[in-house]
Amino acid sequence: MNFAVLQFPASNCDQDAVHAVRHFGHSARHVWHKDASLGDADCVIVPGGFSYGDYLRCGAIARFSPVMQAVKQFADNGGLVLGVCNGFQVLTEAGLLPGALIRNRDLQFHCENIFLKTATNDSPFTSQIPAGKILRVPIAHGEGCYFADEETLAQLKANNQILWQYCDKDGNLTDSANPNGALLNIAGICNEKRNVAGLMPHPERACEPLLGSDDGKWIFESIFAALKNKTVAAAA
Amino acid sequence: MKAKIIITPKKAVVDPQGITVKKALEHMGYTGVAGVHIGKYIEIDLAPGTDKAAAQKAIDDATHKLLSNPVIEDYKLEITD
Repeated sequence: MNFAVLQFPASNCDQDAVHAVRHFGHSARHVWHKDASLGDADCVIVPGGFSYGDYLRCGAIARFSPVMQAVKQFADNGGLVLGVCNGFQVLTEAGLLPGALIRNRDLQFHCENIFLKTATNDSPFTSQIPAGKILRVPIAHGEGCYFADEETLAQLKANNQILWQYCDKDGNLTDSANPNGALLNIAGICNEKRNVAGLMPHPERACEPLLGSDDGKWIFESIFAALKNKTVAAAA
Repeated sequence: MKAKIIITPKKAVVDPQGITVKKALEHMGYTGVAGVHIGKYIEIDLAPGTDKAAAQKAIDDATHKLLSNPVIEDYKLEITD
């Protein structure tokens, strides 16, 4: 399986994303933001970082990079796209995911491990996460507070588009377990077609026990399983 | 000629900077502050001879697409001589 990991000026989790994919035995390569084509790709990862220095708004300028037209087309054709942290911000700015990420409610940059509850297994990004498993993964952001208007939130709930929520170690969605003030403790969502997802936490930084947690692997395993099913379906 | 754009957070969006500054003002003894909202001011210099109506339309479009995010922000645009 081929993963295309985008690189914008000041992306800084692109190497981690490539490393994580290769660690699981799949192929990954960088795609420069000025490239108009993704090449041969089964899945696109929009990585974390501070694309374009976060000028204007996080992700606001990156969304107009030439490569984002290709990502939009890839997503429109049903391709899997995962945005992590700044990648999540880029995808909301690009309109590929609803809502927006705003300044953390305490105005602090949070760099810590948090707990995540998977709200649904019904997505290519969550299907392999064991039932009831609470994921321990790191966050590192200053503007990760998920916001959407009431109508959008109602749609997210009705369509089961909320994928991950911040919780305590026992899986309770408490306010104190919410690091940034995100509405409904939302850490990650998908689009209505369920092929584009974004999350503020960094699964790619938690794929090996050496790093303190390998819970992020479940998100990658879910993507691998979805791509494998797709390949089988295409061959049949 | 200049385009002046004031971008403010929408009322429904929590503005932690505004809340913090309001508290600081109160702490300093300034009374009667009912709310503080922190946004952005952008000034664009327009080339001499630019058509005002055309500039208004183009910059309004650009503000909607890039300079502001309509999900979380409102804006006011003014073109001045």
